Amino acid sequence: MTAAAVPLTVAVAGIEEPTSDVRTLRLVSATSAPLSPFAPGSNIEVQCGERRNAYSLIGDPRDTSQYAISVLRVADGSGGSRFLHDEVRRGDLLTISPPKSAFAPPAAARHHLLIAAGIGVTPFLSYARAFARTGASYELHYVHRARQDPHAGLLGLPGAAVRRYVGRESLAASLPELLDAAGVGTHLSVCGPPAMIDEVLDLARTRGWPEHRLHSERFVGVEAPAGEPFTARLARSGQTIAIPSGTSLLDAVRGAGVDLPYLCRQGVCGECKVRVLAGTPAHHDLHLTSAQKAAGDLVMACVSRCEGDELELDL
Amino acid sequence: MTPADLLPQTLPARIARFPFPFPRDEYRYTANVQPAPAFEPTVVGGWGDTVVEVDEHYLAELEERAEILAEDPERSITLPHMKAAAWDAVLYTLQGFADARPDVARLSIDGDRVRWENDLLNTAIEFVVGDESTLPLDPLTWVGTQVQEDICLLDQREGHLWLDAGLVTFAADWSLAFDIGMSFLEFHGPVPRVHEAGVMPAAEQFLMRLTPEQAYRRTNWTLTIDRRMDVSTEKYDVWGKDRRLLTLEEVGERVHLRVEVQHLVRLPVSGAVMFYIRSSMLPMHELLLVPEWAARARAVIEELPEDMADYKGIARYRHLVVQWLDAQLEADDPQSAAEAA
Ligand code: HEM
Ligand code: FES
Repeated sequence: MTAAAVPLTVAVAGIEEPTSDVRTLRLVSATSAPLSPFAPGSNIEVQCGERRNAYSLIGDPRDTSQYAISVLRVADGSGGSRFLHDEVRRGDLLTISPPKSAFAPPAAARHHLLIAAGIGVTPFLSYARAFARTGASYELHYVHRARQDPHAGLLGLPGAAVRRYVGRESLAASLPELLDAAGVGTHLSVCGPPAMIDEVLDLARTRGWPEHRLHSERFVGVEAPAGEPFTARLARSGQTIAIPSGTSLLDAVRGAGVDLPYLCRQGVCGECKVRVLAGTPAHHDLHLTSAQKAAGDLVMACVSRCEGDELELDL
Repeated sequence: MTPADLLPQTLPARIARFPFPFPRDEYRYTANVQPAPAFEPTVVGGWGDTVVEVDEHYLAELEERAEILAEDPERSITLPHMKAAAWDAVLYTLQGFADARPDVARLSIDGDRVRWENDLLNTAIEFVVGDESTLPLDPLTWVGTQVQEDICLLDQREGHLWLDAGLVTFAADWSLAFDIGMSFLEFHGPVPRVHEAGVMPAAEQFLMRLTPEQAYRRTNWTLTIDRRMDVSTEKYDVWGKDRRLLTLEEVGERVHLRVEVQHLVRLPVSGAVMFYIRSSMLPMHELLLVPEWAARARAVIEELPEDMADYKGIARYRHLVVQWLDAQLEADDPQSAAEAA
C-alpha cells in the first residue's frame, strides 16, 4: 500500500567475506539523497542483473550513512546471489528499493526470545543494534552448521545474550526448556527456513504460548496489483477506455477527461466510487462492505479492477 | 469588488493558511485521508505544503502547553515499550520543523548525536538519541516544547493499533489519560455512526498498512467557544458552561471554527504509527471575511444531523451560529442590502 517506491542508486563501499559462502556488502548513497533510517528487520530489494532479490539490512537502523546486507551464495538459486558474489566489485553501482519493514520487533515485549537459523539471523542483527540503544531485554539463540558462523561478530554486541548451537538437533534438544522458562511478557520471534519456523512455532503453541506472542512476519505493505489490462465503457459519455496493466481505473478515466473525484488513492476514503452497469469488478479496496462487494454493482476506481475483459460504468 | 477579490494580498496568514475543511455543503464522517504533504489551495490561499506547521500563535501555545503540563503531568504519557517510538517522533518532528522553516531551524545528525537549533525559542541543544539524560525532559514531552502539534503514538500488535503514548494538551473533548492503552476501535467508541458504517475498521486496516515512504493526513472539525486550546474532558468544568450561556450577540467574537489537521505517519525505526493533531481556530467574524467560507460553514452547521451535533457538543447553540451568520451574510450581500433600502 505504498506510493510506488522510488528506487535508490547506491555504491558498493566495502565487501567482506566472513566465510567462503557469505558476502557482506556495505552500500552508500550514490546520489545527493541520503539513505533513510529503517525499522529493525527491514529488507531491501537489490537489482541483480535481470532479477530482484530481497536482503535483510544488518546494520544499525539509525545509521543513515550506509546500509549493510549479508548474502549467502545459493549455488542452485535464481542467480541473484551468484551475481552479488561473482560480479559485484567495490565501487560498483547498484539499484535498490527503499527499506521495507517486514519483520519489526514487537514493541510491547518485555523480553525478546529470538531464534534464528543460518542466514535467517540477519534481521536480528539490526534488532540487536536497536535493542542496544533502547536497552530492551533479549536473548538470541542462533543455530548454524559446523564451521560456518558468518556472524561471529555478533558475540561482541553490547548487552547481547547470544547462545550458539551447531546443528539443528542441538537447538531442538534445548527448545522445550527455552520455551518453558520464558517469563510473562516474553515474545518469541523466529527467522530461518520455513520448516524450522513452523517447527518452533508449533512447539511453542503446544506448550501454551498465545498466538499474539509469536512472530515470524509483520507489517507488509500491500500494493495495489498492477493487474491485467481491461476496457471500461462509459455509459453516459459513450467513451471506451483501455486500462493497461499498472494504470488504475481512476487515472485512466480521469486521463480521458472525466472528472471523477478522489482523495486517498488507497481504497479507503470512498470518494472514487462508481456504479457498475455490466461486468464483474475485482475488488481491492477497504471501503465497500463484503455484501456490497458481492453485489458487484459498485467499484472503487483507485485500486479495483476487472474480473474479465470489460466493465460498463455509470460515467 | 467582493472581499475575496480584495483580500488575498492583505489577509493575515491565519486566514490565508487556514485549513478550511468543508468541500461541500454537507458533512458526514468518512476515512477522508489523502497523501501528505500536498498544498491544498483555498479561495484565499492554501495550506498543507508542510507536515509541521508554525504560526503566529507559536510562542503563546507553547507557553500554554507548559502551564497545562505543570498542572497536569498526565497530559504526556509514554508507556515503557514506546520509548523507541518517542525517539523516532522526536527526530521526525524536528526534521519536519526544519523542513517547514529552514529560515529559523536547523537539524544536524551525526550517528546518534543530534544538534538542534531553533531561533524562535533561542534554543541550541545537543543530545544523544536513546539517552534521556541528554534532554531536559522525556523525549515526547520535550519535543512538545518545540512544536504546536499534539502527538499520539500507536503500537501495532495482535492485528490492531494501540494508543500507547501521547503528548496531548489541546484535546477537543477527550482525555489522553482515559484513552491510553486502548485500541483504535475502543478509543473511537463514542463516535456516532462510524461503527455501523464500518468506517473505523477500514481506517484501522489502512493505518496498519502505512509505510514510512508516504505520510497521509485528514481533517476534523468542531466549534469552540473562545480561543480555548484546552477543551479536554479534564477541564470540562471550566469550559462546559459556555455552551449554555452563549448569546447571539457574542457569536462573532466568541464562537470559533476549530479545525484539526491530523497527519498519519509510519515512523521508520520503531514501526509505530504517529498521529499529529494540529488545531487552528478562526472566530466567526474572521470567517466572514471569506464569504464563501461563511456561507459553506453555515450550510454544514445547519444541516448536520442531530446525533453528530450532539457528539460534537454544539447541539445547544448551533442555531445561534446559523442565525448570526445569516444576518451577517445578508447585510454583506450588496444585492439584498439594496433591496432592503
Ligand atoms: C491513529 C490515529 C488516530 C487517533 C489517535 C485518533 C483519536 C481520536 C480521538 C481520541 C477521538 C475522540 C473520541 C472521543 O470522543 O472520545 C477521535 C475522534 C474521531 N476520529 Fe480519530 N483518531 C485517529 C485516526 C482517525 C482516522 C484515520 C479516522 C478516519 C476515519 C478517524 C476518525 C475520527 C472521527 C470521525 C472522529 C469523530 C470526530 C468529531 O466529530 O469530532 N480517526 N479520534
Ligand atoms: S480515492 Fe479514496 S477510495 Fe478511491
